Amino acid sequence: MATRQGAALDRKKLMADPIMVTTIVVLIAFLTLFILYPLAILLVDSFYAPDQGGFTLSIFQRILAMKSFRTAITNTLKVGFLVGIASTLIGLLFAYVEVYVKVRTKFMGGLFQVVSMLPVVSPPFVLSLSMIMLFGKAGIITRHLLHIYDNNVYGFWGIAIVQTLTFFPVCYMMLKGLLKNIDPSLEEAARDMGAGRWKVFTSVTLPLILPGLGNAFLVTFIESIADFANPMIIGGSYDTLATSIYLQITGAYDKEGAAAMAVVLLCITLLMFFVQKYYLEAKTAATLTGKASRARMLIEDKSVTRPLTLLCSLMAIFVVMMYICVPFGALFRTWGRDFHLTTKWFGLVFSRYKGFKAFKDSFLLSLVASPLTALLSMIISYLVVKKKFKAKGFIEAVSMLAMAVPGTVLGIGYIRGFSSGVFHTGFLQGLYGSAAILIIVFVVRSLPTGARSGISALRQIDKSIEESAYDMGADSLTVFMTVTLPLIKDSFLSGLVTAFVRSITAISAIILLVTPEFLLITVQINEFAEKGSYGIACAFATILIAITYGSVLLMNLVMKYFGTSRKLKEED
Amino acid sequence: MAKEKKGVRLEHISKIYQDPKTGKDFYAVHDTTLDITPGSFVTLLGPSGCGKTTTLRMIAGFESPDEGEIYLGGEAINALTPNKRDTAMVFQSYALLPHYNIFDNVAYGLKLRKMDKATIQEKVTNILKLVGLEGMESRMTNQLSGGQQQRVALARALVLEPGVLLFDEPLSNLDAKLRVSMRTEIRRIQQEAGITAIYVTHDQSEAMALSDQIIIMNKGVVAQIGSPQEIYYHPNSEFVADFIGEANFLKGELLDADTADIGGHKVAVNAQGLAPGQSCTLVLRPEAAVLADAGQLPCQVILSCFMGSYQNYHVMVGDTLVKITDFNPKNKKIYNVGDTAFVDFQKDNVHVL
Repeated sequence: MATRQGAALDRKKLMADPIMVTTIVVLIAFLTLFILYPLAILLVDSFYAPDQGGFTLSIFQRILAMKSFRTAITNTLKVGFLVGIASTLIGLLFAYVEVYVKVRTKFMGGLFQVVSMLPVVSPPFVLSLSMIMLFGKAGIITRHLLHIYDNNVYGFWGIAIVQTLTFFPVCYMMLKGLLKNIDPSLEEAARDMGAGRWKVFTSVTLPLILPGLGNAFLVTFIESIADFANPMIIGGSYDTLATSIYLQITGAYDKEGAAAMAVVLLCITLLMFFVQKYYLEAKTAATLTGKASRARMLIEDKSVTRPLTLLCSLMAIFVVMMYICVPFGALFRTWGRDFHLTTKWFGLVFSRYKGFKAFKDSFLLSLVASPLTALLSMIISYLVVKKKFKAKGFIEAVSMLAMAVPGTVLGIGYIRGFSSGVFHTGFLQGLYGSAAILIIVFVVRSLPTGARSGISALRQIDKSIEESAYDMGADSLTVFMTVTLPLIKDSFLSGLVTAFVRSITAISAIILLVTPEFLLITVQINEFAEKGSYGIACAFATILIAITYGSVLLMNLVMKYFGTSRKLKEED
Repeated sequence: MAKEKKGVRLEHISKIYQDPKTGKDFYAVHDTTLDITPGSFVTLLGPSGCGKTTTLRMIAGFESPDEGEIYLGGEAINALTPNKRDTAMVFQSYALLPHYNIFDNVAYGLKLRKMDKATIQEKVTNILKLVGLEGMESRMTNQLSGGQQQRVALARALVLEPGVLLFDEPLSNLDAKLRVSMRTEIRRIQQEAGITAIYVTHDQSEAMALSDQIIIMNKGVVAQIGSPQEIYYHPNSEFVADFIGEANFLKGELLDADTADIGGHKVAVNAQGLAPGQSCTLVLRPEAAVLADAGQLPCQVILSCFMGSYQNYHVMVGDTLVKITDFNPKNKKIYNVGDTAFVDFQKDNVHVL
């Protein structure tokens, strides 16, 4: 059609900006080396055996012949399915009550806020720990209130309940956003034509959010099958894929087998992820485009509000109680027998079990990782939203892909990929076992969430604001530093804290890569919980909760006093 | 004030986009050649999607042309990034930096040019005086009205003394009254600064009021270039005639250089240079015709409405609807719906296509 010099000119303009080009090249190298390469090496390792003359299916045949592995697959899918459905339903209940029902007492408002905060500040294990302490053999509720002496919380139901309680707040937040976007006049029109409340819900509200429900289901499904911490503690002999992989490499030292298992787990999550990302997300956007035109008339009918409110309150109180249980677990002499208050667990943590070192290692590594993550996410979102260049699709795809990679899979990928150097050549071998690789894992694990929230924050900003700065003579770096970053300060700050919290509570990938040199709090909790030393595990967990909760509070405080972007949004 | 007025030349510029629905390529701008003289005020006018904003953004450097070359003051600038071009743009949404006050917004570009503090201070003060915002240096952008924000955007572009000033529909977010007063302001400031200006709009009255030259664009190509008068009185197509002002179109046949046949009626026209024997279209502005008891074309009145300064008629000439605005109708005969009458006009007031 034409000479099409446009693309070439765009490239020329891009090249005129060396800082941009360097950033893009470094970014692509980072994503390739630390996300794509470890996954690729898993594929290579599980299909390629040099002693058998190259390509082979024997490793897969071997692991699929293991009955325990086949059981682990069905176990994982069963749990994921149940958790997905249960979390979506409970999330929908909470979202519906929040958006549609008039329950605005202060107490309820507080409860809802706590529930929505939990996924941010909650370290793994916590719910599993308190589940065991409340409902296990020595559980307060089972043993002391109900006098059941041999209750078994371990296994399918234990995992399912704990995961549901962990993940439903995510569904709640997702569905809340969707319900708020429904224009109330749609439902009022249906009411006006003679439909009852239940009919309106089933014929208008539900069809509108159906893709959103599917979306929520798949997100929790992926989270559930990728979850390592909870099945580890409360699974007992009920193995899921994530724990099987871990045991295959730490117990059986079978690296090829673990790699092949990781490929299987990765395939499942990737499949779910693609359905969710490219099919359901597009559909959700298509059915719910507009903003609500005005405030919704809340339901005041007591026959509706009372049972819904009661249900939600009970759930919320139950969840909060499970969290409170953990600090108490660290304060009693022997959980389930001797309820005298004591500080001996905390004392033990800090004296015999090197609590200060664990605290320091976890804290420092996360502290280094979080600004890197936040900055990297902002750079990725800036490039994706505001710039056009060929590799943009690659950068966006790979950083989103990382969201679907379970931590255990990434961990195995790093072991296979870096323990003997890149492509087993010894290159970069020094990385393995160092603090740097732990920090990189933290960064990679938090990058997708950070990039996603950065992208949505940047999309809110009028493109011409940056263009105007560019037009007045600023180069890309100046635009980013003087315009973009100040405008998304809040998002950057919350990205910083989210990355910190995610890093300090991370376990799945890190447990495979950590060397005795580093003591991490989460790894300590896992170790003591597995041994049954719940007092010590609880003491560690309490410290962790205190750190995460403290940093979220600090962030809110900082945002209140220094957040410019919020002020601007309000007065606009 | 400007260090040097620069002209802009577009040589066979094209821009190709992909239709997001069908995936097919189409020309957003096709083979456009323009020559904009230094110091003039030129408007790119057209309906939405005609390629006017794309053209402007190619001059600014945000888009790269797929064909052709753009020259700014004789220098080929295709490969230059926006920050290296001697252009400054005033955006539709003002695009002020919301975290800076007025002074810092205006000084932003000067600071990037590494000027010393005293010079910056002086330049900013002068330019704010020119746009009528003196004393507002320390206000934040969200404390200003839309019109004031627009002035800051203008000051911010002017202070850089660019070779050419670009406007992307800068008044479309303002209310009607402010729009009229701001466009007078823009024209005054452009004249005082003596700067080349390229202005994109879809509002024909804005284009008329501001421009030395109007470039009318349609579907990616230039439809007509000319002064406001040339374009209004001598449109070269039905599209241009219809887009600028209101127009009636009467279809017929050209008998010779002075006569056209419209539905069997002979009409005196001025069609020098057009070949006789062809079908033709007469362009008749509503204010160029009157209703009378005798005249060029018989008609029937289907609407008659008093509008204060004029009487508004809709009449049927054969199958064609003709609109007539008869100004100052106080002492004239008023025709009512159902009346038969004649449409009358001077031969010089009708334009033949």
